[in-house]
Amino acid sequence: MKHAPHSPFSREDEKLWAELGLDVELHGQILSSINAQFVKQVAGRPGRPAAMAYFDGVIHGSHGARVREIREKQAAGAKFVGTFCVFVPEEIVLALGAIPVALCGGTAASIPYAEQHFPRNMCPLVKSTLGLAYSNTCPYSPLEDLAVGETTCDAKKKTWDILARGGGFHVLELPQKKGPADRALWLGEVRAFAARMEELTGRTLDEPRLAAAVRLMNRMRRALARMHELRKADPPPLSGTDALVVMQSALIDDKERFTENVERLNDELDERIRRGVSPFRPGTKRLLVAGCPSVVGNWKLHYLIETAGAAIVADETCTGTRYFSRGVEERAGVEAQVEAIAERYLTIDCSCFTPNAERLENIVRLSRYFRADGVVQYILQACHTYEIEAINVAAALKEAGVPSLKIETDYAEEDAGRLGIRIEAFLESLEHRNAG
Amino acid sequence: MPGDIRIGIDVGSRTTKIVILDGEEISEVHLFDTAFDPLAPVLEKLDSRPKGKIVATGYGRRLLADRLGAAIVTEIKACAAGIHRLYPACRLAVDIGGQDAKVIRVTETGGFEDFELNERCAAGTGRFLEVMARALGYDLDEFCRAAMTADRAVRVNSMCTVFAESEVVALIAGGEARNRIALGIYQSIVERVHPMIARLDQPGDLVFCGGVARSKCLASLLRSKMKRDIHVPANPQILSALGAALLA
Repeated sequence: MKHAPHSPFSREDEKLWAELGLDVELHGQILSSINAQFVKQVAGRPGRPAAMAYFDGVIHGSHGARVREIREKQAAGAKFVGTFCVFVPEEIVLALGAIPVALCGGTAASIPYAEQHFPRNMCPLVKSTLGLAYSNTCPYSPLEDLAVGETTCDAKKKTWDILARGGGFHVLELPQKKGPADRALWLGEVRAFAARMEELTGRTLDEPRLAAAVRLMNRMRRALARMHELRKADPPPLSGTDALVVMQSALIDDKERFTENVERLNDELDERIRRGVSPFRPGTKRLLVAGCPSVVGNWKLHYLIETAGAAIVADETCTGTRYFSRGVEERAGVEAQVEAIAERYLTIDCSCFTPNAERLENIVRLSRYFRADGVVQYILQACHTYEIEAINVAAALKEAGVPSLKIETDYAEEDAGRLGIRIEAFLESLEHRNAG
Repeated sequence: MPGDIRIGIDVGSRTTKIVILDGEEISEVHLFDTAFDPLAPVLEKLDSRPKGKIVATGYGRRLLADRLGAAIVTEIKACAAGIHRLYPACRLAVDIGGQDAKVIRVTETGGFEDFELNERCAAGTGRFLEVMARALGYDLDEFCRAAMTADRAVRVNSMCTVFAESEVVALIAGGEARNRIALGIYQSIVERVHPMIARLDQPGDLVFCGGVARSKCLASLLRSKMKRDIHVPANPQILSALGAALLA
């Protein structure tokens, strides 16, 4: 493979992409676009903790170092599982020695390749993911031993039918309610997933390995919860954009190495609070983001909010609290432990459930817990469940006396100016509220 | 007090507005097209005048903040402040400008508590009206007058400026009377902004401002739709600049 003289990428990376059979040129264009966003919206921001360097590396390595690492582990016999949602019980994947990585797309650059085949009025996350798959620019696709979808929304559900034609696809049926029959259904789905994973890996779930996986995931959740605990400080020691980068890394990185680095970051944040170091001035308005996830490539909302002069103190999203809320109860025996895992995942308050009163209560609770001055509801365009639920969320927040703003957008930059005005005006209204 | 100069500058997408306050009195008002270089004409206008505190708003607010050391506020805050000065009993402002339409809940003290802003397209705004008037061969004043002479409206369905223009061309080709099409276009704007108004409506006076409020036809259609009186200031374009000056 000839190395282009002006390529911004290393020979090693380009060799990898060629070996994977990717469209190397197009992949380079898309990756350059993601990198440019990262430099502008994340790396170029002031007041970042030194420990963030590790997570920047995870993002940069997501198309290089991490892919090589997975190939090496596969060569040693491990299986690689691609996921698209926080409902996939990663404990089971890890207990069987397999590697889970979330493959959701956060870049606008791949969307035109999805729109060649799929309806335009699907959410940008699904379109971006499909665009990477269809344009042959996702480095993980060629490595997948199994892809795991779930039935959280119609766009995803029907997408799986198409992607599954290539084989190696498993769909978890997520119930839409949380009654006894739904819990039974979900437990059955988790068991079926465990069976599929056992078949794939040629291993059997055993108590010590499952217990170790549960403990590892719980340790990761505790580390992320502590990071959020530290963000309660005024001003917070970490920007919301950096916290998002950590959460995005969680979905890609090796869980143990990731957790160790979050713990390292937490120690630095603790030290920053003691020394009064923060990317923000004291008194900076504190906002909670609630709604849809922002996956790698998508730092748009966080950048707009934090350059408008506010601090994001927490995300009530799948790249936020939904990923680490509640641990799995440790129980003796494989069967009892699998039940505890199923129970934990069904506590996730995704907008796909009806009714979903617990999410409304949780948002109000989180806004108080993080001492948020207001809530920004983040809705990815054409995400029907979050968009429609936004009406109830806004009403619950109003009743609780918490101001909120709804932002509905996609990955494109064209509306950045208008969104900026709306966010700035929302912040002005918070100032006014305090003064009055 | 007199001699205390405050300057409000609203760099809109189509028009730049400058209001200079001497004490509490408006001493100067300037309106001119926003050029490709929005800053130069502003500097020219301010050059020979007494220095004062400057607050900038509108699309070009950051540019002025950097070059003139102006403080910045959003159009929403500025508009609420300007409206409150002229209409203290106003609780709802409808501001339709060159590229955006906003509805603002104004508080008793001239702040705002909630607002709606049209999304990323120019449907229902001044730019939409300009394109439609041109498609019908009118200037903006003729367009408004013609619409008011129509006995009925021809429905224009497209909200997208580009598609609506094609629709208007097709209607003309189909032999529809121009004034009925004109009325149909104004009605489509009312249909577009009415849901935003309805979401935020509350007791108290309603004021319609922004460049599009110069259209008597639209103000009249809005009154019928809302079934209530709507105030339109004599110079509806300058309210955000006035508000910015008041906030200086």
